[in-house]
Amino acid sequence: MISVYHYMTIAAILFAMGTYGVLTRKNAIVIFMCIELMLNSVNLTFIALSRHLNNMDGQIFVFFVMTVAAAEAAVGLALMISFFRNRESIDVEEIDLLKW
Amino acid sequence: MENLVQTALNNVNMWAIMPSIILVCFAMGLLLINAFLPRGATKPAMWISLIGLAVTAFSVISGWGSPQYGFSDAVALDNFATFFNVTFLIAAAMTILMSDDYIRREGYPIGEYYPLILFTTAGAMWMASGTDMMTIFLGLEVMSISLYVLAGFFRGDVRSNEAGLKYFLLGAFSTGFLLYGIALIYGVTGSTRLSEIGVFLNAHPSLLSNPMTLAGIMLLSIGFLFKIAAAPFHMWTPDVYEGAPTPITAFMSAGPKAAAFAAFLRIMEYCFFSLKPEWTAVLWALAVLTMIIGNVIAISQTNVKRMLAYSSIAHAGYALVGMVAANEIGYSAILFYMLAYTFMNIGAFAILVLAGKKGEENLTLEGLSGFGYKRPLLGVAFTICLFSLMGIPPTAGFAGKFYIFAGAVKAGYIWLAIIGVLNSAVSLYYYLRVMVYMYFREAEEDYSWVKVPVSVVVSIVIALVGIFYLGIIPGAVMDLARLAIF
Repeated sequence: MISVYHYMTIAAILFAMGTYGVLTRKNAIVIFMCIELMLNSVNLTFIALSRHLNNMDGQIFVFFVMTVAAAEAAVGLALMISFFRNRESIDVEEIDLLKW
Repeated sequence: MENLVQTALNNVNMWAIMPSIILVCFAMGLLLINAFLPRGATKPAMWISLIGLAVTAFSVISGWGSPQYGFSDAVALDNFATFFNVTFLIAAAMTILMSDDYIRREGYPIGEYYPLILFTTAGAMWMASGTDMMTIFLGLEVMSISLYVLAGFFRGDVRSNEAGLKYFLLGAFSTGFLLYGIALIYGVTGSTRLSEIGVFLNAHPSLLSNPMTLAGIMLLSIGFLFKIAAAPFHMWTPDVYEGAPTPITAFMSAGPKAAAFAAFLRIMEYCFFSLKPEWTAVLWALAVLTMIIGNVIAISQTNVKRMLAYSSIAHAGYALVGMVAANEIGYSAILFYMLAYTFMNIGAFAILVLAGKKGEENLTLEGLSGFGYKRPLLGVAFTICLFSLMGIPPTAGFAGKFYIFAGAVKAGYIWLAIIGVLNSAVSLYYYLRVMVYMYFREAEEDYSWVKVPVSVVVSIVIALVGIFYLGIIPGAVMDLARLAIF
């Protein structure tokens, strides 16, 4: 029988994978995909808990998270394009003009 | 079914979000108007956005003393939110006033700049008035997404690109943590309403040591500590503040930071009051770390903009001291300090905007050599802002720090207050060094490029009036701040 714990575990693993990817990857778009993975693991947590608690709040929250993630993707990809136009790369190791 | 709809409709109270509705209407109208204005005409956009802020300010201030609750208690426009909203509106107005000539000088006279500032302000207002995780999260994202664009606003400038991209990647990363924290707390308590979470946790003490609760609180706090740029989540701050357009840096360090403080304070006080001894202990350590890192690294900076970025980290540390104190004086001191910081920091940046050349040049200490002699009035205004940032009486900075440390002493955190005062002493070094360059160095240039438009003067005058008003008669505003806390 699949219980809420299984969903929570899967979500936690996905979240950890996303975090690991953000910290180790070099390409800004791959980093952004890892962030999306983190957000979606949160969505999975919300839905599993919502079902478990018999409470709709979690599912409504997921709609908000998805909407915000879409808006964030639009802005983020635009920022990456303008960075690429000037530097011809979106490698985060080349984000190095500003440091102390 | 009909009953349900009726109950839902009764719970909607548009007055609770009236100020932000007005502001967003102005912002969206402005976006539309911009499409019909000739390219490069930004003056009308500036005036419309200022009018929008003024109308919103009227709507906010007239709500003082009569709290409005709406949307099944997801939004509360109480005195707390009103006080913070006034802070955001002042920050936005001062930023807009100093921006117009700046974006023209830098070659980006694009009208969308102003609506984006208004959207950021609206997001900040939702954060301050949100009493549900959903509204707070939405406000945070509206604010952050507009700020990502503003930080990277100078499309052709590589440093602005970098600032925008860096802010975006790290901001979205921290949002992930924040959301996971909210999800776990929702799982423990079955609610996203702040007051319900607090009541539930208080009624079930066994849940307080549950790992899921603790992990949730930790992840949630990471999200907010990132936004207020507390150490060790401050790494993005100097880079983003240095690369972003100067007025946006000023705005980011005042408005959105205050918004994050507002939401953080409300969540900690409403939801986790049962765990107060635990989270104040953690924040104690973070406040000390934040003050020390901000002040010590600021010493070695030669770029004034970056120096002010590190000093803004240190100031977040001072405000955290008020949260550690967690008493009436401490909390109201945070409100007071955020208002005072808005005046002094944006004032300092306004003068930095004038002193800079095209392409964000000349923001180093060397570049300010002899500035105080060649431009005496601007020099004096800059000096006053820096004195206030140091915390010298009779300025707003002194009154703010006095209340914050008084709160800490009253709560029994004598050592924390001592560390805070010592940090203030360290900060004298790097603020005074700017003055040394301004007054004790030979001027290498005549600063003939410095043009002083009326709008920037208005912004600086607002800053100076605020600094002296809050510094000489702090009691008046402090009484309001006392009425504003829960």
